[in-house]
Amino acid sequence: MSAPTPLLAMRGIGKRFGAVQANRDVDLTLLPGDILGLLGENGAGKTTLMNILFGTYSPDEGRIEIDGRPVEIHNSAAAIAHGVGMVHQHFHLVPRHTVLENLLVGRKGRRGLLDKAAAAKRLEEIGRHFQLVLDPDRLVGELTIGEQQRLEIIKALFSGARILILDEPTAALTPQEADGLFDALRAMAAEGMGVIFISHKLHEVRAITSHVMVMRLGEVVANLENAPEVSQAHLAELMCGHELTPPLKPEKQPGRPLLQLRDAATDAAGRTNLADISLEIRAGEILGIAGVSGNGQRELAEVVAGMLPLSAGSLAIDGAAVPQPSATVMQALGVGRIPEDRMGTGLITSLPLSDSMVLPRIGAAPFSRHGILDRHAIRAFVEAQIERFGIKADGPEIRAGTLSGGNLQKALLARELAWDPLVLLAAQPTRGLDVGATRFVHEQFLDLRARDRAVLLISEDLEEIFTLSDRIAVMYEGRIMGILPIAEADVRRVGLMMAGMADAA
Amino acid sequence: MDEILAQIFQIGFFAAMIRIATPLIFATIGELFAERAGVLNLGIEGIMLLSAMVGFSAAYFSGSLWFGIAAAMAAGVLSGMLMGLLTVTLGLSQHVSGIGVTLLNSGLAFFLYRLIFGQPSMPPNIVAFKPVAIPLLSEIPVIGPILFNHHALVYAAFILVPLAAFILFRTPWGLNLRTVGENPHAADGAGVNVAATRYQALMLSGALMGVAGAFLSMAQFNAFTFGVISGRGWVCIALVVFGQWSPWRAAGGALLFALIDALQLRLQANSYIDVPYQVFLMMPFVLTIVGMALVSRNARAPAALLMPFRKEER
Repeated sequence: MSAPTPLLAMRGIGKRFGAVQANRDVDLTLLPGDILGLLGENGAGKTTLMNILFGTYSPDEGRIEIDGRPVEIHNSAAAIAHGVGMVHQHFHLVPRHTVLENLLVGRKGRRGLLDKAAAAKRLEEIGRHFQLVLDPDRLVGELTIGEQQRLEIIKALFSGARILILDEPTAALTPQEADGLFDALRAMAAEGMGVIFISHKLHEVRAITSHVMVMRLGEVVANLENAPEVSQAHLAELMCGHELTPPLKPEKQPGRPLLQLRDAATDAAGRTNLADISLEIRAGEILGIAGVSGNGQRELAEVVAGMLPLSAGSLAIDGAAVPQPSATVMQALGVGRIPEDRMGTGLITSLPLSDSMVLPRIGAAPFSRHGILDRHAIRAFVEAQIERFGIKADGPEIRAGTLSGGNLQKALLARELAWDPLVLLAAQPTRGLDVGATRFVHEQFLDLRARDRAVLLISEDLEEIFTLSDRIAVMYEGRIMGILPIAEADVRRVGLMMAGMADAA
Repeated sequence: MDEILAQIFQIGFFAAMIRIATPLIFATIGELFAERAGVLNLGIEGIMLLSAMVGFSAAYFSGSLWFGIAAAMAAGVLSGMLMGLLTVTLGLSQHVSGIGVTLLNSGLAFFLYRLIFGQPSMPPNIVAFKPVAIPLLSEIPVIGPILFNHHALVYAAFILVPLAAFILFRTPWGLNLRTVGENPHAADGAGVNVAATRYQALMLSGALMGVAGAFLSMAQFNAFTFGVISGRGWVCIALVVFGQWSPWRAAGGALLFALIDALQLRLQANSYIDVPYQVFLMMPFVLTIVGMALVSRNARAPAALLMPFRKEER
């Protein structure tokens, strides 16, 4: 029996950026009907490999074959011509154009004009075939994240893709939307297409793929059939190269309420305003906030951080009402903050790490005396944090922006944890972090919990919410749809609430 | 008072408005193409000045007005390519590059003019474009003399506006160009050559600015003077914003500006009103500022305007 001709074969791919060997002798084979899971920590070389396949980089060594024939892919146009389609993690769409216009970009017209009629017909065919339906005349800016992703996939199919690369496609989807995506991917595989699926979410990789390829430090470390005996723990170990034990979350009796919101509402122009938010977090408790992004989570975080004023209701820390919340007041009361936009309101990327890490407290002892900075104290503090948290940085004076995402997050955590906060507010704390860095962040949260602090965890990653939370609150359009104790929560129930359905149970 | 109004709002007044609007329409549509592709072309003032000089000189020596226009467009295209080199290939600040191109082109225009013509006591002149009356249409009362008795370039400007809208919104090239100006990564991912598209837009923009400059020295006037552009390029930058990046609205803005400009010219020439003429000169510019303040609140520039595009680099 002869093996079928691979749809795609990448052989001996090597790519070097300066001193970093991003890919070394990488082989990848994709048969028709395969859904390949591509796993690896950040910096393992997955993205480089996919960018080589899509023509963004050219490889230093190795070759690419499609349908058994060698091909040269120098740019994205060539990749598309060879039937390679890529759905990027950050969508490549124009919000101000319609669905149809987004599909027509880069395509030849008919007699010099945009061929909207034919495109609309194709869109309908694809919609029927793969259950990927979209209205051609809607503005992309008005689509939900799930619909935008559907459009990205349609775009790839539209330009004749037979090999579809998806880079972290489920990061912002509800579980139901993710299931819809998986159905579409299975339908494509059944048609003889090949799918390459990159994700940090191991349970999804387990659920959808037929094969798994694991990369580490630019090399392939494993190629496995996705069989039932392959465990998530095993995959995680292959990725980071050492054994991982699940974090300990012992049973715990929560103490006094540290953070309380009563009937809180906001009234800010152009924002998703909060309405009737009542919640409390007790000492030794982690409250998870689940929801599709843009449903008021950011506003909730800003309220607790004192950055967004309440129009109604009240906010209390450790039993005492806070009449005039401000960032300074909340910080003084012991609210630590890990913001969603690490590089925006988190660390100042253009400043040295040392300045960035002491900025919120730079006006007070020990960092300044009589209005003059104490450089020695700052340096000592930052060096101690670098040491304690294992931050990979070339000393305290390096520009913060040069750190990797995981190390930036460690620096932020270090900055907030150094003052032993009563309440830690963490928004999307592990977004874009790899397994190892995620583990580290989670351990810090559980440590706070063990020391009777309160953690408000806002995350779009349901697995993270379920792993860490004692209770889960689901937000939808600025309201809390319900708060479930972890024992009563399951993904389906939370997913329905995320989509705005009142809890049935 | 009635006498003053009657004197101002003659048929000639509206014909003058159309004439004044013509170079503004050319340059504004040119700027609009560049900005829709994501590049603010602040070289506009200098490109218009250099083209006015080049067009005039080419016509002066060749005796052919259309050769002059072609030369002016070529100067504009070359300036557009220079703008592309600075902002697209080198990815420099678009503000600084644009001001640089304007300074370079202005200096070049004055320098070359001196080199070619020296410092004559009477500036050399050419036989400028003559109005072409369109048969039948120009004989319609009122409308005929206002719309259909103009320089050929005026008619070209009329055609340019719908043509520009058609190209932008109905052709693949127009869609690619708009995508490059909104999200170059999306365009690149769809196989569009972002750099080439921006170069093309800048070259087209330069060519149209070239026509605008040449119109001033070869149709509106019949000689090149150092003040021939006098800020019209900057007005066009404002008109693009005023027009919210739509060819139709931008052309409407140009007509409005021209209306006020024509009005102030008449008021200056009017002896009944005793006000320093500089006050009238100021009027169209004051209106531009007021109009901008009112409209630009809702204006949404192309999302990638001012942003150089680089493929993801490590």
